Amino acid sequence: MPRKMTINMGPQHPSTHGVLRVILELEGENVVGSDMEVGLLHRGIEKLAESMTYQQIVTLTDRLDYVTSMTNNITYVMAVEKLLGIEIPPRGEYIRTLIAEMQRVVNHMMFVGIYAMDLGAITPVFQTFRDREIILDLFEMISGARLTYSFFRVGGMREEIPQEFFDKTKDFNDKLLGMIAEYETLLTRNRIFRARNIGVGVVSKEYAINCGLTGPVLRASGVPYDLRKAKPYLMYDKMDFEIAVGDNGDCYDRYLVRIKELKESQKIIAQCLEQMPSGASNCEDYKKYKIPKPFKVPAGEVYFSTECPKGELGFYIISDGTKSPYRIKINSPSYINTAALSGMIEGALIADVVATIASLDIVLGELDK
Amino acid sequence: MEVILGIAIILIKILTIFGVTMFIAGWTTWVERKIIGDMQFRVGVERTGPYGLMQPMADGLKLFFKESIVPDGCDRVTYELAPVLALVPAIMSIAIVPFAGSADSFKIFGQTPFIAANINIGILFLFAWSSLSPYGMIFAGWSSNNKYSLLGALRSAALVISYEIPFGFSIIGILMIVGSLNLIDIVNAQGSYHWFIYRQPVAALVFFISIVAETNRPPFDLSEAESELVAGYFTEYAGMRFSLFFLGEYIMLFVISSMFTVFFLGGWHGPFISYDVVNNTWVQAIPGIGILWFVIKSYFIVFVYMWLRASLPRIRYDQMMSFCWKVLLPLSILNIFTTALLNLDKL
Repeated sequence: MPRKMTINMGPQHPSTHGVLRVILELEGENVVGSDMEVGLLHRGIEKLAESMTYQQIVTLTDRLDYVTSMTNNITYVMAVEKLLGIEIPPRGEYIRTLIAEMQRVVNHMMFVGIYAMDLGAITPVFQTFRDREIILDLFEMISGARLTYSFFRVGGMREEIPQEFFDKTKDFNDKLLGMIAEYETLLTRNRIFRARNIGVGVVSKEYAINCGLTGPVLRASGVPYDLRKAKPYLMYDKMDFEIAVGDNGDCYDRYLVRIKELKESQKIIAQCLEQMPSGASNCEDYKKYKIPKPFKVPAGEVYFSTECPKGELGFYIISDGTKSPYRIKINSPSYINTAALSGMIEGALIADVVATIASLDIVLGELDK
Repeated sequence: MEVILGIAIILIKILTIFGVTMFIAGWTTWVERKIIGDMQFRVGVERTGPYGLMQPMADGLKLFFKESIVPDGCDRVTYELAPVLALVPAIMSIAIVPFAGSADSFKIFGQTPFIAANINIGILFLFAWSSLSPYGMIFAGWSSNNKYSLLGALRSAALVISYEIPFGFSIIGILMIVGSLNLIDIVNAQGSYHWFIYRQPVAALVFFISIVAETNRPPFDLSEAESELVAGYFTEYAGMRFSLFFLGEYIMLFVISSMFTVFFLGGWHGPFISYDVVNNTWVQAIPGIGILWFVIKSYFIVFVYMWLRASLPRIRYDQMMSFCWKVLLPLSILNIFTTALLNLDKL
């Protein structure tokens, strides 16, 4: 009977993506049991929101998943808009669709780079970060920030977007497929990369659905569920794109799904730029919602979710008719996807544990809230 | 007088070769940072001195003055012995590196080959010392009282029994052709253009893969896998003790690359230096050009090492073992049989 060894992976481990703590029971290098401890980055965002006005909460959503602040902003403001019953003009919706897809490109680029880094390949991360800078520069042009944008506001956006932004986005988008091809040359058909990924961290269709997984992790297991198609919001019903679906649900499929999504996002961005209507991008009585004047939201409750790059991000807001929400519950994809980790790493090696955590593409800011 | 001169020559050789090797081992880190930086769209080191050339010096000084922390509960004797055990095999292996032969124009002390110890069992000496270096890792991992270090040590122990056999077997083909274990004989058997890399291509491939594993370099850097085991066996080492591991790794990198040059790339023989029409042979006209060729060839191998590091993900521990046992070992055995059949007249 071999002796078991308990090893503490994290919270200060280089590849647990922040402060996730995984407690592994090992027999040699084989994982025989695992447990997870989350909450080390808990900042009480849901509680903080209860004492802030609706526009102020936008800044809190930036800090959920700090890689994809724009899509967090969009999801939150759309939830509040649904509660208020306001609609924004088509141009505003197109801009939101465009920026949501650009944010998806940023997220998936980061995923590819950091995933490769966790597998020991040190160059892809520089390729993807080099290209990610271009989008960050574009976002900086419109919002002034490079990571926590707070660009979208209830009723529209902070300010009108200059034409230069669209021109530069088009330049970037034309080169995007070439960039993706460059990342793929080092990874997709690499023998070592394939050996490290195929059959590792397998999630079956049933397990994925039972765990309530969302996003690329769910789609890699062969479930073609994407909120952009299932419950179209913004302008997604007018866009021509495909849902990326995997077959086996292993790490390799999760990587391929993200590569495919990068290519699909490229298509959506091109279509948004082509169809971009002119006119106003904010709702008619936007002045009513402008900072610093707090506005009141009629009593009621709403749940709204969008397909964020990491999965389904949902805001459940209960309003009691005052300037601040009574309660906000955030349904974050990283938290739900991490819950399935224990079942994925059973019997794996330590190297596989690292690969599996990385393939879930989690951000601890969102996981711990 | 003869004896004193002999001792003086040996001492000068030792000091020169040791000093130069320590120097280039340090600056290999600079070369690596610059080359990998270039491959990764970065500049690399540039702050200390021109082109960052003084960076290895600055790093060395910093590590030298740093506190060498000893973790609680470590096994003190093995903990302090481990860095030494990692460095000594590397330094000992320099002794048999033939930088240039007596055929070169070095006639300062008569016809002495530019090698610290011209011993007849050169290959065995190399294998003996290079096989000792995993002991440093195993000692370090075991004595540190850290589970990640222990896993790193176990990995290196499991690896060493996997790659050492194809490593040794890949050379046997050459030994059968040359009929000597002396490194100078091996180089001379290749001449200017009969390099073993195209007379023994399979052996060259197996040998190259084995030496990457031997030096713990990516993609076979399992025992220090950064993203998995934090830093592997030397997680708990700091200051000068850590730098001994580091230095050992880079000296071994140079030594083992020069061994590839000796076995497969014709050692110090350089093609197209100058052609002696009267005697109808290739001659090395400039004194020391042999050393230059040797360093160029060895550094080409070092460059390939860095190239691998920049482009490949890390292989998994069990995959590496099955690769060694199921692919490299049969290949090297096949190579031995083929070489034997083709060289029946020599046996």
